[in-house]
Amino acid sequence: MSDFAISRRGVLAGSTFLLASTALPAALRAQTPTNGGRLIAAADSEPRNLNPAIIASNGVFFVASKIVEPLAEASFTGKDGLEPRLATSWEGSADGLTVTFKLREGVTWHDGKPFTSADVAFSALQVWKPLQNLGRVVFKDLEAVDTPDDHTAIFRFARPTPFQLIRNALPALTSVVPKHLYEVSEIADNPANTAPVGTGPFKFAEHRPGEYYRLEKYDAYWGEDQPRLDEIIYRVLPDRAAAAGALEAEEIHLAAFSAVPLADLERISKVPGIGVISKGYETLTYQLVVEINHRRKELADRKVRQAIAHAIDKEFVVKTIFLGYATASTGPVPRNDVQFYSSDVPTYAFDVAKANALLDEAGYKRGEGGTRFALKLLPAPYFNETKQFGDYLRQALAEIGIDAELVNNDAAAHQKAVYTDHTFDLAIAPPVFRGDPAISTTILVQSGIPDGVPFSNQGGYANPELDALIAKAAETLDPDQRIALYVDFQKMVAEDLPLINVAEWGFITVARSSVKEVSNNPRWAVSNWADTWIEG
Amino acid sequence: MNRALRLIRRRLIGSIAVLLIVITGTFLLLEAAPGDAVDAYVVSVGGDASMIEELRRRWGLDQSAATRFAVYISSLARLDLGHSVAFSRPNLDVILERLPDTLLLMGSATALSFCLGTFLGIVAGSRPGSFRDRFLSIGSLALYAVPGFWLGLVLIVIFSVQLRWLQLGGIETIASGKTGAPRALDIARHLVLPVASLGFIYLALYLRMMRVGMAEVWRMDFVLAARARGIGRRRIVLRHVARNALLPLVTMLGLQSAAMLGGSVVIESVFSVPGLGRLAQEAVAARDTPLLLGIILVSAVLVIAVNLAVDLLYAGLDPRVGSSGEAA
Repeated sequence: MSDFAISRRGVLAGSTFLLASTALPAALRAQTPTNGGRLIAAADSEPRNLNPAIIASNGVFFVASKIVEPLAEASFTGKDGLEPRLATSWEGSADGLTVTFKLREGVTWHDGKPFTSADVAFSALQVWKPLQNLGRVVFKDLEAVDTPDDHTAIFRFARPTPFQLIRNALPALTSVVPKHLYEVSEIADNPANTAPVGTGPFKFAEHRPGEYYRLEKYDAYWGEDQPRLDEIIYRVLPDRAAAAGALEAEEIHLAAFSAVPLADLERISKVPGIGVISKGYETLTYQLVVEINHRRKELADRKVRQAIAHAIDKEFVVKTIFLGYATASTGPVPRNDVQFYSSDVPTYAFDVAKANALLDEAGYKRGEGGTRFALKLLPAPYFNETKQFGDYLRQALAEIGIDAELVNNDAAAHQKAVYTDHTFDLAIAPPVFRGDPAISTTILVQSGIPDGVPFSNQGGYANPELDALIAKAAETLDPDQRIALYVDFQKMVAEDLPLINVAEWGFITVARSSVKEVSNNPRWAVSNWADTWIEG
Repeated sequence: MNRALRLIRRRLIGSIAVLLIVITGTFLLLEAAPGDAVDAYVVSVGGDASMIEELRRRWGLDQSAATRFAVYISSLARLDLGHSVAFSRPNLDVILERLPDTLLLMGSATALSFCLGTFLGIVAGSRPGSFRDRFLSIGSLALYAVPGFWLGLVLIVIFSVQLRWLQLGGIETIASGKTGAPRALDIARHLVLPVASLGFIYLALYLRMMRVGMAEVWRMDFVLAARARGIGRRRIVLRHVARNALLPLVTMLGLQSAAMLGGSVVIESVFSVPGLGRLAQEAVAARDTPLLLGIILVSAVLVIAVNLAVDLLYAGLDPRVGSSGEAA
């Protein structure tokens, strides 16, 4: 256990840390972890439902992942990028019809009851498959879970399901909830959804709405010498300016998910005792995407879409809007994905003259005042960066004679306008790549999705060839063949441009340097923090 | 006493009409806003078409607006504020949990702006046109012109981040386990900055009103008579001028209670105070119509109650008010 910790620290120290220069030597020095203490982290929202088995979203995981554990967690060093949690091993059969999990022994729920394979079977069949936002897709063919003994769970699928997909889905989709608490009343209204009970290193203590969540150390946790901390407090700070101030005033230790705005990072990185860390979000990559309504006849023309792609200066977007904390995209899979990413795709260099030529070719000549046609542009309101990119795109389109009218909505209104009513021509969205294109990426371009589904193809794009490719990849069992199909997928999307991928970014953690073992896995902010400790 | 009872009865009848108008107006406004509670919800969690349909059914959003309004009004008639979809809890519980913080913030800020405003108004109005008067008038106007959130942020940077004298937000120290007097002191310390930011903005109104009122009273015959009688200046200012100029300020106090509630939305957000204003903001973002209606209703009742109290006070101070139907 202890060499494991050391090797992970080695990874940490060797990676690109954007720490304040004064804090750097301290971070490199090997230190013996101390136990105890209270960690205070900033939270910007309070999810109404804290059950990660039902709502697999980062807002929920940020708090709930310390309480409720998945079968496996993402890892920088583990095999296939995974590290065991509630499962100690996992194996898929050659026919893609079964997956066998060996479960950890000696694990107890926070109420003292033992954790068994019955809990896994219940969670999979009663929660992940029918209720979970992502599980409904990945576990749709799950038929039964056999439990030959208390520590073995065998998932049986009705149709061949790629083991690679199941494996990639383990960290985010397999939070296990206690059967004995959930079988007694309706799952959606269960009290454990707001006061979760799990097997994790911390137990839920209290939630004061509008003020804080408090988690307490679980003494009977299975991890040796874990957790290190006595308490974690999530302090609710709704104002964007508050987190940076609270860190400086030493009222909080940590602000994850870019709670400190990018524009403040340079200043705060110079404050002694505070570090800015861009690691720990590798499997939670957000993508800046221009969604296109293909019902508009101009936008149904591939040349017009190519012209728009050529009109966007991705490097400028990365440098000016993301202040360098992002990467220019080439296609629908982010560059930092080691399994699926392919750079062998058509690219669209920033070239205004070419964009103008393409539009002329498509037959949209400049009319009065130099305008070719007008369209409506709806930036998603969820991030500062999506809104700022809306302003940029409007100007970039003006350069090529397209007059874009910006329509700014709040979250609910944007959801309705774009994903239900389709009253947009271009929209700007921040979808998430979750480690496998089949989880939440192919849905962005696939046809036949009902109205109202967020972060899906609502632009009326239908390409039978691409649909066939997606369907084939979904049932291909061989990992290499599957990867090859997704390489074709990337090529086809980049060529036909059902949407335009502009940039991809992870978040930034800002922490006091007294907090140790920060960002030591690729989804650290939403992992269990069992080995995190605090100095002094 | 009879007079006061008549006033209360008349006010209560009027209030019911006011509340109905407020509820209907808020409901229509929220209906006109694009997107509903389910749209707001799926943005944060995602979901497929069948889940969205199921949620609409469970939250009663598949019904027409008229039906939902009728259901709301009929449950309201039974004094039931309904269930919040954003919090999955009864609205009344959610609101009552946040109400004390807002009342504390508003009450302290009102007291600060009223007392300090009146005092400075007397200082300024005792010698209209003097340097002291000019300085106070311009200074208070400058404060009035400053946006509340900006003043709040500046105070945070100075007193919490740089000097570290005061906490930068929240209503009390998190999970401190304090009770009784130490807890009250802790809350008071947390309230200093938000109360100052909110109170200073409204201070100018009281100051200027007091000053103008005093300047007017100075010109009245009885003041001249008092001066002719050789009464000292200080006594004239306090007993004769200020006392008469104070009456309109009491009216202002009632009217300002509504504006203060609006201002607290911003201040609560800047200082992370878990109050009603922030709750209202969350309710709008989540399109939680029943919760927002509940908040508006409670706020309206609050404003009506304050105004009633002011009227009663006024009736006590000035016997001409409320003595019969045609007065006031």
